[in-house]
Amino acid sequence: MTSALGKDLLALESLSSEQIRLILDTAEPFKEISERSIKKVPALRGSTIVNLFFEDSTRTRISFEFAEKRLSADTVNVSQSGSSVKKGETLVDTARNLEAMRIDMVVIRHGASGAAQFLAERIESNVINAGDGMHEHPTQGLLDLLTLRDHLGDLAGKRICICGDVLHSRVARSNIWGLKKMGAEVAVCGPRSLLPNAIEEFGVTVFERIEEAIDWADALNVLRLQLERMTAGYIPSSREYNRVFGVSRERLDRAPRDILILHPGPMNRGVEIDSDVADGPHSVILHQVTNGVAIRMAVLYLLAGGKPELAEAAKGGRT
Amino acid sequence: MADEILELNDGTDDLVIVGIQRRGVQLATRICALIEESERVRVLRGSLDITLYRDDLETVGPRPVVGPTDIPWDIDSRNVVIVDDVLYTGRTVRAALDELADFGRPAHIALAVLIDRGGRELPIQPDVVGKKVEVGPGERVDVLVDDIDGRTAVIIASADGATPR
Repeated sequence: MTSALGKDLLALESLSSEQIRLILDTAEPFKEISERSIKKVPALRGSTIVNLFFEDSTRTRISFEFAEKRLSADTVNVSQSGSSVKKGETLVDTARNLEAMRIDMVVIRHGASGAAQFLAERIESNVINAGDGMHEHPTQGLLDLLTLRDHLGDLAGKRICICGDVLHSRVARSNIWGLKKMGAEVAVCGPRSLLPNAIEEFGVTVFERIEEAIDWADALNVLRLQLERMTAGYIPSSREYNRVFGVSRERLDRAPRDILILHPGPMNRGVEIDSDVADGPHSVILHQVTNGVAIRMAVLYLLAGGKPELAEAAKGGRT
Repeated sequence: MADEILELNDGTDDLVIVGIQRRGVQLATRICALIEESERVRVLRGSLDITLYRDDLETVGPRPVVGPTDIPWDIDSRNVVIVDDVLYTGRTVRAALDELADFGRPAHIALAVLIDRGGRELPIQPDVVGKKVEVGPGERVDVLVDDIDGRTAVIIASADGATPR
């Protein structure tokens, strides 16, 4: 069973630009479904999807759950606490047991980079990566692309700067891969201690000062300072970080052109982004959240379908 | 066909014409234009994409791109006319009926098709037919419209598409 995307969605690095475009184009009509009074279509009726979340999440988990329910799939949520994971069951054993109950898809969020791929290689069900450690968060990357495309049109040649804690960010990696494949120019901006060592090898420009980034970019994707992953002293303090790298209204007022502000959430208001920016006219942060449901519906829909050999038989004479 | 639709619904009061993506939408647009010209009123028009309501999602892949569904009118208690290019198995219409039900409860739903080629697999019949043709199961009926295909025509072809007749 291979769909236009293959069996799983693990990363944007391994997708072609055509596949990314297919997902974005498929998401367009799904936006409308969430505006209906009956927000449900029967496309995935009878499919069972397990949301396996080993890390805390509100936005992503609820967004996936809405997407699944609006496509009429049956869903089960499993989290680390309250399941046998607490008793020491391994990831593969958990998944194999779920599979023995005849499921169709697994959406997994895990703290270890590569967890989604590890699982995908060992079970038959489709696997969707909902964030693995510091590796990738492909559906977030896709919804950022969709939001940027809604506001900027074709992304080729557009300038997007990813700001802040790039080192710990799977969102940054998915964004860089996705944006490069769509032909955008990509930059990163943040303190050296929060940029990966060989970041230039991704083919991105590096800005040391946020003012330079604002001067250059059509859009800033402002990342959350992941204080929970910071065991060593990466920055002196949140307050100093805000003074040097915070996206403030004052700094945006000096931008030479209209600039969009994205943030994958959850925000640390007053640290990487000021409240008057987050709620201000440049912000498309809530639009990202709305698009997240449409993107996840598109991914589920595309992964669920398509047996090419049957497709040939079905084509003859269908109207 | 436009006249028959008017007759069927006793004029344009409460009439909503809904085309099925993609060529049904073009035909619906044309029918609306004709009615608007003769009756000098605006006719409510919408479009449906039934891809997500198909009963054969498992078999049609690689997935067709889903088109937009656009029903900006309240269809409760109105007379809805579904417009499509070719009526064959009836499964598309079955899906369209399901989708319409999610938008409201029309007083009456009718079906208008340009070509009825027989071969029904469901108890669904059209109310307005442009032309009835006898076509074998191995053959295909293609309706071409200006906006998508650059010309307007009805072509009957064998399954391999090589010999139009």
